This record gives sequence, structure tokens and C-alpha cells, in this order.
Amino acid sequence: METFDAIVIGSGISGGWAAKELTEKGLKVLLLERGRNVEHIKDYVAADKEAWDYPYRGTRTQKMIEEYPVLSRDYPLNEKNLDFWVKDSECPYTEIKRFDWFRGYHVGGRSLMWGRQSYRFNELDFEANAKDGIAVDWPVRYAEIAPWYDYAEKFAGISGNRDGLPQLPDGQFLPPMEMTCVEKDVAARIKEHYKGKRHMIIGRTANLTAPHEGRVNCQFRNKCWLGCPFGAYFSTQSSTLPAAMKTGNLTLRPWSIVTQILYDKDKKRATGVEVLDAETNKTYTFSAKIIFLNASTLNSTWILMNSATDVWPDGLGSSSGALGHNLMDHHLGVGASGRMEGYEDKYTYGRRPNGIYIPRYRNYAGDKRDYLRGFGYQGGGGREGWGREIKELTIGIGLKEALSEPGEWTMGIGGFGEILPYHENKVTLDKTKKDKWGLNVLAIDCELKENELKMRKDMMNDAVEMLTMAGVKDVQGWDGDGTPGRGIHEMGTARMGKDPKSSVLNKFNQVWDAPNVFVTDGSFMTSASCVNPSLTYMAFTARAVDHAISELNKQNL
Amino acid sequence: MNRRDAISRVALILGGTIVGAEVFLAGCKPKPETFSLFEDYDVLLLDEIAETILPATDTPGAKEAKVGEFMTRIVRDCYEEMNQVIFLGGMRKIDEESFLKYGGTFLKITPEQRLELLTEIDEEQKVYTEEKDPAAPPHYFRLMKELTLWGFFSSEVGATKVLRYLEVPGRYEGCTPYKKGEKAWAT
Repeated sequence: METFDAIVIGSGISGGWAAKELTEKGLKVLLLERGRNVEHIKDYVAADKEAWDYPYRGTRTQKMIEEYPVLSRDYPLNEKNLDFWVKDSECPYTEIKRFDWFRGYHVGGRSLMWGRQSYRFNELDFEANAKDGIAVDWPVRYAEIAPWYDYAEKFAGISGNRDGLPQLPDGQFLPPMEMTCVEKDVAARIKEHYKGKRHMIIGRTANLTAPHEGRVNCQFRNKCWLGCPFGAYFSTQSSTLPAAMKTGNLTLRPWSIVTQILYDKDKKRATGVEVLDAETNKTYTFSAKIIFLNASTLNSTWILMNSATDVWPDGLGSSSGALGHNLMDHHLGVGASGRMEGYEDKYTYGRRPNGIYIPRYRNYAGDKRDYLRGFGYQGGGGREGWGREIKELTIGIGLKEALSEPGEWTMGIGGFGEILPYHENKVTLDKTKKDKWGLNVLAIDCELKENELKMRKDMMNDAVEMLTMAGVKDVQGWDGDGTPGRGIHEMGTARMGKDPKSSVLNKFNQVWDAPNVFVTDGSFMTSASCVNPSLTYMAFTARAVDHAISELNKQNL
Repeated sequence: MNRRDAISRVALILGGTIVGAEVFLAGCKPKPETFSLFEDYDVLLLDEIAETILPATDTPGAKEAKVGEFMTRIVRDCYEEMNQVIFLGGMRKIDEESFLKYGGTFLKITPEQRLELLTEIDEEQKVYTEEKDPAAPPHYFRLMKELTLWGFFSSEVGATKVLRYLEVPGRYEGCTPYKKGEKAWAT
């Protein structure tokens, strides 16, 4: 059995961070990834293709829809980066209620395809559960995690403006991207009309606006999700993996499905992991002093549920009664858009991989609604291209000439709402169904409840009101599909807390029942906030490694 | 869906009015795997339909961007069955209208006649699309027009010679001056 100082399970955003931090502290690390390797630049096979290089110009075929029935429910099913998404037929799961689970099983995970929006939780986010008396209290407050946000931002490279808003704390930013003319005016009108209670700011994104940490700055091609040959956005491949490799302490093993964490019940410590080789179907074991579990929210919980079952039939961490429960996402698919008159003499240059952001204002700073928590909006304002309808023209030269020029300006915003942690929203093992490797699968039972449905009314009505007030014409609100999963922000199911009787992890992401196991992907989240969560995983991962090293030095692990 | 299925459904939808369809169905029984939804004639026809929608001027038109071939690929592999049927029926319908009105199929009539015919059909399409129940099927010419615009402006010819395209912009400016007549960015 091969032995390492530490094993990291999963190579996405948080696993990459764990590998970087552990190797830089001098530990010999085995980084396990269940899928194939994707080498930086070399394996970004679509990155330099143009729209016309794709037979279907990027769209989906009927054959793809058959092979990817879940992925086909939203935008991820496309011709351009299909190789980055999990084939549903190989990795099925059970939907007790519909849950759109969009996964990436390869080195880098979803860090290759992520939306890159990077926001800090605010002070209230960490206090919210305690104040509202729901779920359990976060064992951490903003002041404690703030330095780790600084640390994560400094390395990852986050572009943003220092807006000075307590509801969306500033960070260590690279220069902000520019708003369009329409966005600037809409932002000014929102600020004036709502007397500084609502703000529209430029999105904060993990795209480099200046050279950073040996990486090239963004070239504004807006092809991020194909993999960036400039390394201009944060991904495992562009950022954490090269840092970990540079130490000489990293061993990366793709095609390694971790089937369980091995547990010594006498020492109350994990001893290693069991790995099923996804190519050969052979089983291996690896041992280590500490284990970082970063397999993505639901898969980390799956691994815990399959571990130490001789001690706890429902798995490692199940003694709390919280393992698998409190599944969260952000609910979206609701917003408004319209057209902006004028600005015919204004345009843009370059393709900005970013939009605008309207931070939360509901149930904040004196506002009180008939639901808890709040939402933010993402969106943008730009000029229409050739895909527009021109009512007064039919076909021929006139149509061609008109479509060769830009059209009207439009502006739209879509909400991202907080989902409360509900015990009933959960995952369990479905032992009646097997995946391609004969492993049991997860059953997901999750839904929006009254609080979210009430919030969605505000999310649409406020969007219509704000845009209309800002001078946007023909504003149409929409409330489409808010099915959980579509936010691709799965969180919870192995939450942290103050009490081993109601939480799976302690405040340093250690499993209460196995303190040398650290779970630092989205599964640790005690509540969801309404902001995009990846930056928070980075910060907690770096902090957990720091704690792990200190505990190792004290010989506590 | 193969061509045979599609044609027989077209015949049902249009009440069997397609020129040549009965002959085709009765006379032709190749093995199913050799069926394709489109034939060479269809690509020529669709190229000319597309060229009438977006003609060559001082810049290239849809034919140079091979939009006919693009349309057949999308309809064959990406369309649902119902829209395949509607699209195929539409091609026959255009030939039929052309024949009834000008005494020749679409490829045989003059560019002016083509423009006149398709302008009429586009006007009919606009009214239909505006008034139809959202669940009702699309008008065949709506499909053709949408595929023509998409196929043309996302092609290399359309993106680089009719619109402006920069592979690597290198920077972003959110608020730049624009003069009427300057080309739009392709993406």
C-alpha cells in the first residue's frame, strides 16, 4: 500500500486549492480524480476553434439529447465543450423529485466550466441561521474568514471594483472591467432612485485584468468554458495545479474513483482510501495521515455514506443525523429584460466574460419582507446583433444591410436567490440502481418551498420595477424554471456546526468522528447566502489546510 | 426519421398535394440505412432560398457561405421530427407555389420572381407567427429564415466579410463611439 502525507479526493476548485496548500507546506500529496486527465492548454481542444469550425455551430443534436437527458435540460448541453460534461447514462442518479445535476468528472472538474463570479459572504450571511432560528448556527463569523478571503483572492486573481458595500464586502481586487454605456446609466439611476439602498456594480470575476502570478491577462475572447490557452481565468489547471506541481510534492492520479475512506475505529482516525480504477476496474488502497474530501458536494457525501459503515451503517459523519440533509442550491430562472432607446452612437469593443451584479437589498438594513433572506441579480446591457427581429423588413438586400449593423440596446437581469437549509431536502443512497462501475447511486429529494416561492415574486417584480424606473422600455418579467440544481451551486449535506449532534463537521471542516478528514467543498455549507459560492470554498479550504498543518505539528491528528 | 417517413408525413399534412411525392413513395424502396433526409437537389434549392433572403451585394451572400448545406445538416441532426416534417413540406410548397405562379420550380424562375415569391411567403409567415398559439407548430418559412440568418452570420464569410470579427480582441471597452454604417461585431 502506497503511503502519502495527505490524500486529496477531487481536483476541482476546492481540491486544487487543498493540493496547492498542502504541497506548499511540504506534505507529499496524492491528488485523486475520478475522471480523465485534462492537461492545461494541450487538452483544450476547442479553445482555438471559431464558430464556423463546428458542424452544428455549437448547438445540440438529437443524438446528444438522447445521450445526455439531464444535461439537455439547460444550456450546458452544447457541441463546443461536450467532453467536459458527465454522460448521464454512465453516471445515473435517482430523482425522487426533479433535480438537475450538471457534473464534470475530469481533472479540474467544474473549475474549467464555472461562471467565475466571485463574491464574499457578508457578516449577516454567517449570522443568519442564528438570527432566524433555523437549521444550525455557522461556527464561523465573517471576521474570522475575511483574511482567508484575502488570501484566496490574492492568488486566484479576482477582477472587481471596491464598491464599499457592507452587503458585499470588498476584497483584494485586480482592476474592474468596464460597464457598457447603458449599464453605467442604469447603475446611476438605480443608485439615485433607491437613495443608495440598491446598487448595480460591475461583476467580480476570476478573470485576470492584469498579468498575475505568472498568468496572462484576459484577452476578451469570451470563450472561457472551452479552457483558456492564456490561463486568464482561475481553474485548477491554470492556477492551483501548476503551483502544487512546482513543489515536487504532488502525485496526480486520474481515473481514480474513491469508493470509501478507510477508518480505524480504535484510533478514531481515517487511515486512507480505497480506490476503484475507472479504466481497469482494479481496486487499490492508499494511506495517509490526513484526507481532504473535495469530490463536489453530493459526491463527497456519497463517499462519506459509503465509509466506516461497520461502525455507523449510514456512514462516516452520520452519527450527527445531518449527513445527506440540508441540500441547497441557488434558485434562478427569474428576472426581467427590455430595450433601451437611444445610445445609437455608442458601442463596445471586445467580448467581456462578465456582466453586472446587483447585490442583495431585501431583508437587509431595515428592509423586511414576508420571507427570509434575499437574492442578487446578474445581467447586462448590450447592443443586439444579427439575431434580432426587424418588424418592418422582410427579406433581401434591405434585411442583409440592416442586420450587418448593430441593433438596439437591451438590458436584462436575472435573480440568484438563497435557498434555506431544510432537513427534508436530502440525498440518500439508492442501492437498487448501479452506475457503469457497479456502484450504488444517489437519490436526490429536494424542492423549493414556500420561502423561495414567495421570494421569486419579488425577484421578478423588483426586476421589472428597477429596469422600468431606470428608463428601460417594454420591460418583460419572466419566472421560468427554478428547479433546484440549475444554479449548479450544490451546497450542504455535510454541514459544519458547533455541535457533533447536529453537524457533520467542526468549524475547521473536520469530520467530528474523524478529525483527520477535512471536507472543504460545497458540502460543508451551513447556509447558502445568495452569492456565488466558489470563492468561499477556496477561503475555507486554505484555512482548513492551515489548521491541519498546525494540528499535525501538535501531533493531534 | 428517414426521408421516406418524412415525405409520407408531409403528404399527410399537406393533403397529398406535393408534386412528385406519390411517385417517390411508390417507386422508391431503398434500404432504410441508405435513406438520407435530403438530396442534392434540396441543397441547391435551399442555397437559392437562402441567397434570396440574404443576397450577394458588394459583400458575399448566403450561397457563398454554403447555407443550403448548413440547413440540411441542422434539420437532419438537430431538429425534432415535427419540424423536420414542416421544413421538408415547406421546400415542396415553395416549388409548388413557384410553379403555380410563374410556371417553373424555384430554381427555374428569375431572381426577381424568387424575391417576390419569398417576400409574400415571409409576410404570410410574419402574420402566422404573430397570431399563432405558442404551442402551434412554426411556419416553415420561419424555420428557413432563422436557419439562413444563423447559418450565414455564424459562417466565416458572414462573420468576417459582412460583419466584423476579431479572434483575439486583447482588451475590452464598454462604451465606444459608433457611426451609422459601421459593421456589427459577429459575436
